[in-house]
Amino acid sequence: MTIHDIQGYGMFFLTILLTVLLYWYILYLYRSEKKGERNFEKYGRIALDDSIGTPPVEEKSASEEDRRTKEQN
Amino acid sequence: MQSNAALEYDYTVAKLFTYVTILFGFLGMLVGTILALQLAFPELNYLIGEYGTFSRLRPVHTNTVIFGFTVSGVFATWYYFAQRVLKVSMAESKFLMIMGKAHFWVYFIGALIATITLVFGISAGKEYAQYEWWIDIVIVIIWLMWGVNIFGMIGIRREKVLYVSIWYYLACFLGIAMLYLFNNASIPTYFMTDGLGSINHSVSMYSGTNDALVQWWYGHNAVAFGFTVPIVGMIYYFLPKESGQAIYSYKLSLLSFWGLMFVYLWAGSHHLLWSTVPDWMQTMGSAFSIVLILPSWGSAINMLLTMKGEWNQLAENPLIKFMVIASTFYMLSTIEGPIQAIKSVNAIAHFTDWIPGHVHDGVLGWVVFMTMAALFHMAPRMWKKEIYSKKLMGIQFWMQTTAVVLYFTSMWVAGITQGMMWRAVDEYGNLVYSFIDTVTVLHPYYVIRGISGVLYLAGFILFAYNMYKTITAGRKLTEEPQFRTPMA
Repeated sequence: MTIHDIQGYGMFFLTILLTVLLYWYILYLYRSEKKGERNFEKYGRIALDDSIGTPPVEEKSASEEDRRTKEQN
Repeated sequence: MQSNAALEYDYTVAKLFTYVTILFGFLGMLVGTILALQLAFPELNYLIGEYGTFSRLRPVHTNTVIFGFTVSGVFATWYYFAQRVLKVSMAESKFLMIMGKAHFWVYFIGALIATITLVFGISAGKEYAQYEWWIDIVIVIIWLMWGVNIFGMIGIRREKVLYVSIWYYLACFLGIAMLYLFNNASIPTYFMTDGLGSINHSVSMYSGTNDALVQWWYGHNAVAFGFTVPIVGMIYYFLPKESGQAIYSYKLSLLSFWGLMFVYLWAGSHHLLWSTVPDWMQTMGSAFSIVLILPSWGSAINMLLTMKGEWNQLAENPLIKFMVIASTFYMLSTIEGPIQAIKSVNAIAHFTDWIPGHVHDGVLGWVVFMTMAALFHMAPRMWKKEIYSKKLMGIQFWMQTTAVVLYFTSMWVAGITQGMMWRAVDEYGNLVYSFIDTVTVLHPYYVIRGISGVLYLAGFILFAYNMYKTITAGRKLTEEPQFRTPMA
């Protein structure tokens, strides 16, 4: 097997892998929303409510605190 | 960091980049129009000696519109909307502010010097990568300075989730960084010739077919990460904001993003169909180009559906008109490209005028329209002034739309005519036409393209005038408009 063969097989399997990952991502997006775990559509508001005075859709510091609380529990 | 009611977004750097976007847009399009007229009337080549010839001006045009107009438009919009969707002001970080200003000045001075080198014929000779190695190093520094700002802003943000436009700008940053470094790897001829060559002039590290492959991997993906990705990022912010409608499907925007990232990088070899590149690679380029329709149209349809139930705005607001037609030209361009990448179609289309026709319905109809719309949207918010004239904007829209239609229709006809004439053979297999026969037939279409160039440039001057008057004489706004841009 030459280096060119290895490159060819590598390319083929990488394409398959990336395709599987892409389709998995589609499933993840729709499933997690259906199960109520995430709501992706609310992030569309980020562009609309973008004045500096309006609260973020998901506050960074608040989410970090949540994570820390979860870790402590 | 805590929220502070007195805090305001700081648009100092966005304003600076806005000025140079307009400046480079004017210069790049002026040179483009001269080139179009030179093709129709060749005597125009000899007006200012060697500095005015087609071969000298062509790289000036392409590099000024790519690295001058588009890139500074990307920077201007970044320094504007990134603050807003990340909910952080540049005024909050002295370091980022200094970096932002330094980024602008190094870019502006670097871009001016780079343009002058091309006028003087200092060129590495690779299409869209003509800058010599020492300019490439400056470009890398400029790019890294932008990177510091991108990641710096993201680092101090209040909004946890990165809005989809930020993803696109991140992809632009990373994509161009990778492409530019690999394709511009070169060596000064001095080191290859025992001191006989030049320190200033360099040649590519690659040779032959490998060089062609790297070049078109770069060339095609420069279109991807320079002309597509950040402009999609722009429309994902500016169309929802201007219309007051959230993106139709945020999930589809994420999906289109990853689809585009996955597919685009493989399509470059369609520029080398029927060449010495391995056949499987040519086929792969064609196949991935066809698949590319899906993520491209995913974004474009998402934008059109964002206007669902609000189509009345198309008649009422010229800015919506600009953005919707930009999205439509994006769709046209991204169906046309894959068609040209089909091997049998490419056999006729390659090297003909259909190719610049395709490029220009994309850049004039999509990139420039979207960038101008973004700057129009930003102006009242940055300078706190109403847009000077809605009427002028309407006139500009129709002038430039007519110009784009004239450009691509004339080039479609010219290109297909050219392709068919080059291939025509008589019953003995001899070529029917000589090269000059095609030139004679194509002359009227070149004249139409010249007219379209003049029309488009005139429209851009109207845009520049409207922006100038907005900044200097627009009616003062007491508060920032939430959605629709106010105009007199």
